[in-house]
Amino acid sequence: MPGPAPDERMRPKGRRNTQGIRVDPEAEVTHEPRQAVLSALVKHRPGVLSEVSALFSRRQFNIESLTVGPTVDEDTARMTILIEEPEPGIDQAKKQLRKLVPVISVRELEGEAVRRELALVKVSGEKPDDVNAVADMYDGQAVDASTDSVTVEITGSKQKIDAAIEAFKQFDVQEIVRTGAAALERGPKTLEKDV
Amino acid sequence: MSERASVPKEEDETEPETEPEPVTTGAQSVIRALENAGTDYVFGVQGGAIMPVYDALYDSDINHVTMAHEQGASHAADAYGIVTGDPGVCFATSGPGATNLVTGIADANMDSDPVIALTGQVPTEFVGNDAFQETDTVGITQPITKESYFAADSDTVGDNVSEAFALADAGRQGPTLVDLPKDVTQGETEVEPGAPETPETYEVPEEADDENVQEAAEALAEADRPVILSGGGVIKANASSALREFAKEYEIPVITTMPGIGSFPEDHELSLEWAGMHGTGYANMAITNTDCMLAIGTRFDDRLTGGVDSFAPDAEVIHVDIDPAEISKNVYADYPLIGDARNVLRQLFDAMPRAPDADEWRDQCQAWKSEYPMDYDTPDDEPLKPQYVVERFSDVTPDDTIVCTGVGQHQMWASQFWEYTEPRTWVSSHGLGTMGYGVPAAIGAKLAAPDQEVVCFDGDGSFLMTVQGLSVAVREQLDITYVVLNNEAVGMVRQWQDGFYEGRRMASEYPWIPQFDKLAEAFGARGFTLESYENVEETIQEARDYDGPSVIDAHIDPGENVFPMVPSGGDNGLFALNEDHLEML
Repeated sequence: MPGPAPDERMRPKGRRNTQGIRVDPEAEVTHEPRQAVLSALVKHRPGVLSEVSALFSRRQFNIESLTVGPTVDEDTARMTILIEEPEPGIDQAKKQLRKLVPVISVRELEGEAVRRELALVKVSGEKPDDVNAVADMYDGQAVDASTDSVTVEITGSKQKIDAAIEAFKQFDVQEIVRTGAAALERGPKTLEKDV
Repeated sequence: MSERASVPKEEDETEPETEPEPVTTGAQSVIRALENAGTDYVFGVQGGAIMPVYDALYDSDINHVTMAHEQGASHAADAYGIVTGDPGVCFATSGPGATNLVTGIADANMDSDPVIALTGQVPTEFVGNDAFQETDTVGITQPITKESYFAADSDTVGDNVSEAFALADAGRQGPTLVDLPKDVTQGETEVEPGAPETPETYEVPEEADDENVQEAAEALAEADRPVILSGGGVIKANASSALREFAKEYEIPVITTMPGIGSFPEDHELSLEWAGMHGTGYANMAITNTDCMLAIGTRFDDRLTGGVDSFAPDAEVIHVDIDPAEISKNVYADYPLIGDARNVLRQLFDAMPRAPDADEWRDQCQAWKSEYPMDYDTPDDEPLKPQYVVERFSDVTPDDTIVCTGVGQHQMWASQFWEYTEPRTWVSSHGLGTMGYGVPAAIGAKLAAPDQEVVCFDGDGSFLMTVQGLSVAVREQLDITYVVLNNEAVGMVRQWQDGFYEGRRMASEYPWIPQFDKLAEAFGARGFTLESYENVEETIQEARDYDGPSVIDAHIDPGENVFPMVPSGGDNGLFALNEDHLEML
């Protein structure tokens, strides 16, 4: 084969970044990860959760949290999935999710969406009054008490729950369970209808 | 072709066609669903949990082909789907039967081939108990199918199969699976399956947005160095003739991907053949230097793109795909056009304001063809070159000859040195790169197109992986010519070891392989051996003339490697034409 050697061949000057986006040499494109709240309506049937979670692990999307529960329609469940990815990854996650057969609709909720998570914190029962006082500070309430322990329920944003747990550490935290975020769009918009 | 032969059916053939008997069991409903969908062939292997389905098949006109291994069943179904465009169907029993299908299902998934796998399962009451021959087939196959169904009820099992059939064929084609517990298929039901329809949640885009098409057409018309990149999706969408019209009308050079081979005739002046790791030098030069690429039905696999940072770095990309998730997955699309390739090509055809002004570019592409021709050395005193065997075979066969391959160096030579002009004549394992694909794929291809010649190029390593399939080709008396390009090695691995691992040939040399001509004879096929240039044409002719499966064991130069080559993750424009170039990169 007589053609020129590799370094003697015609080639253009441009290049792409690792996401396959053409790079403008003046303004280098980089995509920093951001948090996205994806909400999905899915068929309420066995195996859906595994199908969705397997998709995220197979595609190497980093899940922050995933919650799922029924809706008013008994055949439908709703998932709230928090992921942290660069922009192309978020876009890809939405499209891949939409491809799954049991998925009815997918949307990324806007930044001001209502987001809540729940935590139950079990602490030592030695100072119940002090525990109640801290719980009050975070709009929480004791939901179970015994001679040895008090269990407090906190709902709110992730930051608020992080802060509450930090405050409860003074009482010897014995156990914690957190749900991950559930989220709904503000205003009249729903997953079924765009307004 | 029929396993019913031992017990002749009384009503066969003499009776006029009558309304089918109503179904009485879940298994009959499964078979009825396949009949309703127009299934002609099923490739499978019997077994305990799938027996009720086979029993129902006994009374059906669907032809069953017993394969020698379930992997072969899924590959044969895959090839059947590629050649006909309609879903190929495979059956296996539970547990090991189902897991043996997995390779073929994963292969179909990567190449978007329409395949339906029906697997037996232990009775519902034993599911989850680690019963004999139980596996979580739905769990195992979920990531490699469009959807895997667990049939829970005799009344709905037929609908599950109908839906799986429709889904495999709809939009971006791909495999589906229905897992069939034995009690569900044995169970009584009078429910006839519904028509094959996709689930309501599955949306298939048909046409691209007109405004987007207009913008894309204008960008393409403005281009100085336009190319079309035609992927496997063009063939799947039956868009080859639309592509030919479009490219010829607007005089745009066409590069195919490897799965897109056959979508555009390689003997046409505008064809640059295929690009990628072992694609032609001219295709890779054009793909590197284009300023506007119309990419259709390709997922921009890394074997095509090399490193994405150096892929078509100056090009605006117009990406046509029926699957929205392919848009900007690997290469950013400046103009995404979501829809069926044939429809979108028609839309684009109408929207083009004019042909691009690209005389100079076309001349450049032609110049690259003479600078980097597909070539090889053939001194008489050297051992036989594989490229020569492929070229001579290509010369004597009709245009619609179907070429199947295994995976390895032979696959590359078969794609480089055969001249493809028609869609659905190139049957190979691309995305998954499955060694052993060739033997059973040729069986599926021949049954799909009995009037077309079928040739399978295989390597010694790849052939050995599914050689038992020869017994099927012999039993079915399939006129297939297998050509083993035998270099006593897994040659592609050896090539990489020599190039990138300092020649440390760990586990890549196979000096103990059998004499394939004798092996062929042992199976009841015809065997030939080729050792020199002298009798290549004659042997090819004898093998073609033999009415049944034949195997040519072609002892090729073990030192021959595949070039051009873009090193993995490299820059397509910097392909190596020989070992010296590799060292420069």
